[in-house]
Amino acid sequence: MNGKNLEVLVMAGLFVLLLAAPFVVYPVLMMQMLCFALFASAFNLLIGYVGLLSFGHAMFFGGAAYITAHTVKVMGFPPEAGILAGTLAAAVLALATGVLAIRRQGIYFAMVTLALAQMVYFYCLQSPYTGGEDGIQGVPRGRMFGMIDLSNDLTLYYVVLAIFTFGFFVIYRTIHSPFGQVLKAIRENEPRAISLGYRVDQYKLMAFVLSGTLAGLAGSTKAIVFQLASLTDAAWQMSGEVVLMTLLGGLGTVIGPAVGAILIILMQEKFKTLGDWVLVTQGVVFVLTVLLFRKGIAGEIAAYATRIRR
Amino acid sequence: MFELLGVAPQALFAQLIVGLSNGAFYALLSLGLAVIFGMLNVINFAHGAQYMMGAFVAWMLLTYAGLPFWAALVIVPIVVGAFGLLIEKLLLSRLYQLDHLYGLLLTFGLALIIEGVFRHQYGVSGLPYANPLPGYLPLGFMNLPYYRGFAILFSLIVCLATWYTIEKTKLGAYLRAATERPDLVQAMGINVPRMLSLTYAFGVALAGLAGVLAAPIYSVTPLMGSSLIIVVFAVVVIGGMGSILGSILTGFGLGLVEGLTKVFYPPASNTVVFVIMVIVLLLRPQGLFGTPK
Repeated sequence: MNGKNLEVLVMAGLFVLLLAAPFVVYPVLMMQMLCFALFASAFNLLIGYVGLLSFGHAMFFGGAAYITAHTVKVMGFPPEAGILAGTLAAAVLALATGVLAIRRQGIYFAMVTLALAQMVYFYCLQSPYTGGEDGIQGVPRGRMFGMIDLSNDLTLYYVVLAIFTFGFFVIYRTIHSPFGQVLKAIRENEPRAISLGYRVDQYKLMAFVLSGTLAGLAGSTKAIVFQLASLTDAAWQMSGEVVLMTLLGGLGTVIGPAVGAILIILMQEKFKTLGDWVLVTQGVVFVLTVLLFRKGIAGEIAAYATRIRR
Repeated sequence: MFELLGVAPQALFAQLIVGLSNGAFYALLSLGLAVIFGMLNVINFAHGAQYMMGAFVAWMLLTYAGLPFWAALVIVPIVVGAFGLLIEKLLLSRLYQLDHLYGLLLTFGLALIIEGVFRHQYGVSGLPYANPLPGYLPLGFMNLPYYRGFAILFSLIVCLATWYTIEKTKLGAYLRAATERPDLVQAMGINVPRMLSLTYAFGVALAGLAGVLAAPIYSVTPLMGSSLIIVVFAVVVIGGMGSILGSILTGFGLGLVEGLTKVFYPPASNTVVFVIMVIVLLLRPQGLFGTPK
């Protein structure tokens, strides 16, 4: 069996598990995992396949959450239109910030995205629409397409699973498309990609917009699930968290970021009572992952599997 | 008294002094980042946390040992610098062969650990630190608080001394040479790994020093580093890390601009540095003092 078939088999198995999961695990926790799994997978598209480390992805996640919460709660949009509005807003934001950020490489790219995200954060803090420190609370879940009642956790779970599957499929298809191959070429050797005639900046921008849009989709969905958009979603700690999830699961692996997201959410859930130690634990996981298993969980397993097959 | 664009000169000059003292911290921190980046090719994300540590060590020295500010000004950079030395020896030195991004990720993790420990121990509400130089100098057109004046002058001297050491002395020549070709410098019999360790320790000590200077101005809190470091990153992007003098100038200049914004359009004072960063990225992507690659 070759690598790609194995990958598809693993994903199909995981999908079946996800279908059955809400009968075993608390559905809201599962939905939180799915939202963050999508967020991390979207982030991974940039760091894992283009080699660009964004330290500002919270602006897409949080920004979209605010737009969805505002359109649904204040303007009375149905949930599907609210999610669409949030996702589109994230796409526009990603286009505007991407044009600026891709002007610098490497470490500067990380600092530029972090600073741009901090700007969005201050906007969320000061703007009259966002409720300042309180955020937008009590967002109605409503009825999707006018008939699916989302106030039922189990129903909402399957809607979230459908959104996650859609987003994940988009990412999977992107990675395995000719476009994705060009992205990998840019990651491996940018000057060579340029000399082969690829407009590297346009490819980077497209990847940035796609990644930001899907991160926005995750944030919008989260706003409906928790009926809340808050400053936490847009703060730099959130950008750091998604970096951690992706790093732990495996940079540049297909399912790694989702695995990392699930583990970090479980960890937060377990250590909820420990307060500030959550921050310390996350820091320790960061340091250990960088020092001991840089490929991440999925990456190390894949490397192990290749070694065995030889 | 005359008015300037509808603003009383007292308020204007007061904000200029506040802006300049903020600029002094930007300059000290971005200088430390630039020195570390120049030698180690690592962006030290823990820089803000180390600045916060500096303020806390000064507070601890005063509270638990009764040592005054002036003693802290000497002791703290040594303590925080030694902490940096330990980090470099134990952790960072293992990553030099890898992509620069791993250094960033490692120091980000360290920043979370340091901040979490201090938050657990001291909470997030600020601890006061008594001003060692109370009072102000009446200049007629404004009152200059002694301490702010001292902080600006002191950090300016430290910045210029660092610039002189790196650009004009023999030690600085070794450093610059090791930045360009570490292998050749090593072959000349200079201990490059030790230089890397000491450079990191020195950059971290600068952050600690900035922390001591900041303690009497801002309240000492575990959060003081993380909010500042993001602005300092923007300062570094604006200035470019290629030039030592450039990062000093950019730091002070942006502090000044921020102070002016507070006078003329307060809501934008949080974001003005980021807006300038956007403009610089559009017009001169390599930064004001950077060289195009």
